[in-house]
Amino acid sequence: MENKIIEIQNLQKNYRVGTEIVSALRGVNLTINAGEFVAIMGASGSGKSTLLNILGCLDKPTAGDYWLDGKNVNVLKKDQLADIRNTKIGFVFQSYNLLPRTTALENVELPLLYNPKISIKMRREKAEHALEAVGLADRMKHLSNQMSGGQQQRVAIARSLVNDPVIVLADEATGNLDTKTSYEIMALFQELNDKGITIGFVTHEPDIAAFTNRNIVFRDGRLIKDIQMNKITNVVDALDQLKDEDTLLDEFVNVCVA
Amino acid sequence: MKILTLLKIAMVAIKRNKTRSVLTMLGIIIGVASVIAMLAIGEGSNASIKSQIATMGTNLINVMPASKNRGGVQQGREMSQTLVVADVDFLRENSELISAVSPEVGGSGQVIFGSNNWPTQIFGGNEDYTYIKKYDVANGRIFSSQDIKSARKVCLLGQTVVDNVFGEDIDPIGQTIRFEKIPFTVIGILKEKGENTFGQDQDDIILAPYTTVMKRITRQTHLRAIVMSASSEDLIDEASSQIEAVMRLSHKLKDSEDNDFEIRTQAELISTFGSISEMMLVLLGSIAAISLVVGGIGIMNIMYVSVTERTREIGLRLAVGGKGKDILMQFLLEAILLSTIGGLVGVAIGIFTSNTVENIMAWPVLITPDSILLSFLFCTFIGVFFGWYPARKAAALDPIDALRHE
Repeated sequence: MENKIIEIQNLQKNYRVGTEIVSALRGVNLTINAGEFVAIMGASGSGKSTLLNILGCLDKPTAGDYWLDGKNVNVLKKDQLADIRNTKIGFVFQSYNLLPRTTALENVELPLLYNPKISIKMRREKAEHALEAVGLADRMKHLSNQMSGGQQQRVAIARSLVNDPVIVLADEATGNLDTKTSYEIMALFQELNDKGITIGFVTHEPDIAAFTNRNIVFRDGRLIKDIQMNKITNVVDALDQLKDEDTLLDEFVNVCVA
Repeated sequence: MKILTLLKIAMVAIKRNKTRSVLTMLGIIIGVASVIAMLAIGEGSNASIKSQIATMGTNLINVMPASKNRGGVQQGREMSQTLVVADVDFLRENSELISAVSPEVGGSGQVIFGSNNWPTQIFGGNEDYTYIKKYDVANGRIFSSQDIKSARKVCLLGQTVVDNVFGEDIDPIGQTIRFEKIPFTVIGILKEKGENTFGQDQDDIILAPYTTVMKRITRQTHLRAIVMSASSEDLIDEASSQIEAVMRLSHKLKDSEDNDFEIRTQAELISTFGSISEMMLVLLGSIAAISLVVGGIGIMNIMYVSVTERTREIGLRLAVGGKGKDILMQFLLEAILLSTIGGLVGVAIGIFTSNTVENIMAWPVLITPDSILLSFLFCTFIGVFFGWYPARKAAALDPIDALRHE
């Protein structure tokens, strides 16, 4: 039997906008097992962000059940949800959300500051380890605003890993990056997934979703497609292809100029 | 979350916006510095008045004749002749709360020595007079009880009189001066005492046995005043009510009759002058305190801006497991740090300013530990008070909204 990280049943979420009630989620059932790399797709307003907020314990559903790592989180209070976020979930945001004028290391340490069980020494070790895992071992003391977008997102990914979460939730994590950097970030996610980390990845770009091993698609608050990817695009190949295209383009430009 | 970690986060946040933090602190710095400087100046003048009054005598109590109503006519104090030498003896025997008592008589006139002359005052007292009025003998001796008994024409001179009638190279002791045509032999010189609170030169006097002064100068049998020392400073009030009772007895006053004398104590003088300088102190202190409150509002303003500006940071902290109370503590601590660092700098500048005032303007200043503690506690309180609302606002943010905030 597979280890269920996330299990939701008949999940509903209604918002009140003025006097109207808007249903963002209309009865969603979903199970995510350990080791999966799931792309959550859909147009804006389809309910995928609402789902992500609920999965990330930032929001509570109107109805339905949610078990995270075998624990029913519906019954938890605000502070208990904060503890769940602190110990079981890693977030990666579209706009990185790093603390300005703060070193990479301190940014990565941030989630551990809110865990009283972790000593200062342990905090430092874990943060260094996480930065090594995302390939930034040589940039630990760099300030966040001195880094490129791709590096900043790597720091953010390191931050999401530092508390050894059961799932990493990424919200349009490549949305602010160019194609090449996006692919590099996806290569990192694939690498992490290969190490056994479960990832939920919200995106609306099909080429990014192609790097994952399962795509689920939302429309109007309902899950309409759930596809297991048989042929996962290898990012390293995609990057090579991108390089080839660039070379061709360069040659073409050279020919034209000449 | 550990307080040390929180403190570090707050320090980092303050350092991240150095210019703004310094400007915010400036309000508190000026406030605290002015509270300390103002209180130092106020306390300084207070203390100097008190010490000046203290030079007037040792736990001094004065009994003076009261103005009398004679046949419907209110008479001047000089006219009333209610105090006599017998009262002095009666007081000495019946009031155990006083350690010394002396009659005081006197008059003014011209002192002549050789070709020099000088207008001055003569005071007559007994052998305890110098103790009661805090005069020390620099040279020579004070008059003895024998001098008093025989009404000998001996005197002690204040430094001002010495300076004005004797040349540099004449030793005044043993010389004979004339005061209002009466020859007096100088037996001692008084130590310099300076001006009193009222600006009178306390060294411009001649001291002589009261018997001599009464017999030769005033030619009257009543006294100008009776001066006394209470046994201790704490006993001044008690002694003064005892003296009142003894004096009424001595004057055989009926219950229905008013006192025909008046009692003035040093403590009363101190409280009269003290209340003026205390009023000044309150005035100066409250002006300074207002600037401290204005500084506090500056902190509140900046903290509000800071919370708005760092909404996404707050959202992130909440998302990675920060609780509402962690955020509250972080912002509260930031406000407290701003105000206490400002307070510390303010204390330093306040002390510096007070010392500068003392050196340049030659005003007496007194920095009390109380004023430092008070202003420091006050600005910590201001940090908590004005930091609370912005911090509450930060803690109450919804993580989803905060993360999306642009």
